[in-house]
Amino acid sequence: MTTAISVKNIGKQYKIGAAETKFRYNMLRDVIVDTVSAPIRLAKAMIGKSDRRLNQNYVWALKDVSFDLEEGKVLGIVGRNGAGKSTLLKILSRVTEPTTGTVSVRGRVGSLLEVGTGFHPELTGRENIYMNGAILGMRRSEIDSKFDEIVDFSEVTQYIDTPVKRYSSGMYLRLAFAVAAHLEPEILVVDEVLAVGDAEFQKKCIGKMGDVAQQGRTVLFVSHNMSAILRLTQEAIVLNKGQLIMRGNTQEAVDYYLSFGQSQAGERTWAAEDIPATSVPFTPISLKVKERGGKVVDTVRSTEPVTLEFEYKLDAPITGLRVGLYVSTMRGEYVFASFDTDDPALYDKFDSRTAGHYISRAEIPADIFNDSRYTVGVNASSFGVRRYFMDENALAFNVDISGAPGTQWAEPRVGPVRPRLNWKIEKIGE
Amino acid sequence: MTQIPKVPIHEPHTVYIKPSKGLAALNLRDLWVYRELIFFMVWRDIKVKYKQTLLGMAWAVIQPVMTMLVFTFLFDRVAKLPTEGIPYPVFAFTALLPWGLFVTALNQGSRSLVAHNNMVTKIYFPRLILPMSSVFAGMVDFAIAFVILVGLMFYYQVTPAWNLVWTLPLFLLLAIVTALGVALWLSAVNVQYRDVNQALPFLTQFWLFATPVAYSASVISEEWQILYSLNPMAGVVNGFRWALLGTGNGPDITLWVSVGISVLIFISGLFYFRSMEKTFADTI
Repeated sequence: MTTAISVKNIGKQYKIGAAETKFRYNMLRDVIVDTVSAPIRLAKAMIGKSDRRLNQNYVWALKDVSFDLEEGKVLGIVGRNGAGKSTLLKILSRVTEPTTGTVSVRGRVGSLLEVGTGFHPELTGRENIYMNGAILGMRRSEIDSKFDEIVDFSEVTQYIDTPVKRYSSGMYLRLAFAVAAHLEPEILVVDEVLAVGDAEFQKKCIGKMGDVAQQGRTVLFVSHNMSAILRLTQEAIVLNKGQLIMRGNTQEAVDYYLSFGQSQAGERTWAAEDIPATSVPFTPISLKVKERGGKVVDTVRSTEPVTLEFEYKLDAPITGLRVGLYVSTMRGEYVFASFDTDDPALYDKFDSRTAGHYISRAEIPADIFNDSRYTVGVNASSFGVRRYFMDENALAFNVDISGAPGTQWAEPRVGPVRPRLNWKIEKIGE
Repeated sequence: MTQIPKVPIHEPHTVYIKPSKGLAALNLRDLWVYRELIFFMVWRDIKVKYKQTLLGMAWAVIQPVMTMLVFTFLFDRVAKLPTEGIPYPVFAFTALLPWGLFVTALNQGSRSLVAHNNMVTKIYFPRLILPMSSVFAGMVDFAIAFVILVGLMFYYQVTPAWNLVWTLPLFLLLAIVTALGVALWLSAVNVQYRDVNQALPFLTQFWLFATPVAYSASVISEEWQILYSLNPMAGVVNGFRWALLGTGNGPDITLWVSVGISVLIFISGLFYFRSMEKTFADTI
């Protein structure tokens, strides 16, 4: 087996906060001085001697990441938002350079990050196929030979000579994906692309990825969808805060990822560095799982109600804020989602939430959960306006099903829920 | 589905990715591998340029002709500038040809990286392709305007200086090298400092006055000629007039100064661009 990708001690440093000092004028004098010295500043900046560099903070998006991947393997990459997944893919596809370390990549890297890159609305479907193909690094002869296949796959045969600005978004996406999917790179990089398109098209995309893997090509697959990761990969790595913290078979890696960082059982707190700058003015503080007595627990009884308590602060009022919980299984399938202003009365009352310290508390009734482990995600957003904060994997809890319906039979029950249904048995004849 | 014969796919070669230090090597090999992309980008720019316009390609004619008419009124009828015996419209239009090419190339080239930021942040390709193809795309307008010039010369019965016309491509090359050199500098700076967008209209206007487009270079006194030729476009415009109309002295020391400056801008631009290239995707 030859090595397709060999990553050695890769690090990537980003500058942050560079632009903020720029407009901090206090007096007219500063404005004048600043304007007069502007050409000098520009010249200094151009030759890389910016005096602004002192004000800049640096952050490592990736630090000391090393791994090898053999040809023909499918590797899953999991990690929270900001863990460095996208940065890693960008380095592998040579969009950006690492700050430290080296990578050797055998063969062409195609990524489904780039779906539709270089598409021009004024050009026809046919013209865009050639254009996009060239941008992705295909030879003209290669595009010629695959042209019919691409058109078939995209299902836009009728409109191939229509400018793509007349396409529906679905058609546009299908055509774009078709080109990227036919690049036939030695290494394919897929990032969350499965979230787009209708269900049938998604199925096609997954099929294509499977084909690619079967042809002995190497695939890197990044997703927040644990069930897709489990289905499509055998091996996965877990990234956290820019570091590779674990590599193993996918089931182990996913379990590790889902339980990582939840050291205090039944409680999750957010430190300042876990909160992205974009969440201002929303600051999450903690999420707790509590049993009926109010005690924080890691294991809840399915026969008793359980309370989920999300504590947060608002530094400024937010109009239309809704704070929600997403409960899903360890395989990544959602069980349900619920928001604190689902109730119309609360929706009206909290039309605008003033600045302050809040707890949103939800009581989940008894007889919902099955014999399993569940993860809870949190989300704070204003519908159609902005998402302030999201953590798909805030914490996880176990369920003890003693006394639950059907426990007289020692067999596992299928399905993510185990409701106590109101059965009646009627005898309607002899 | 019909079975498509498999084309032999290139042998996988190993790419080493590591932080580049100092002035990065020019990596002309990658530019060669991606040569078809230059062709496609130029083709796309040309195809898209006059889409959804009423007059279409006629704009390539209207723009220089209108400028020529304004110049003729201002500098010939009102200011009565000397033109070395050439009818002013032909005299001005000969200069507007390379000038138009230069201005388009400079403006499009300098904005090319920012305009294509979705490509820059998503895929790898030699970034040099963007300013290069923007510069080349202006050639079509130049060719159309050239036909107009031939018509004008015919109308005013100006005999071309036949023995010199073969030097035209060389002056054209000088105009392209100059435009590309400046575009390399400005496009790379523009990635980080959008001041370039603001400065470009002013820069092109200033540069127009510093170039003998509306007037003859002979109005500049002898002792200032060398300083004047530090503007490579002065060399280009004088060269065009000399090659087509036979005016001026032909190549002398001032031309070589222009060539020298142009090459200097180009080479330094190339190295500056390459050294900044690694940060484009992060700062754009």
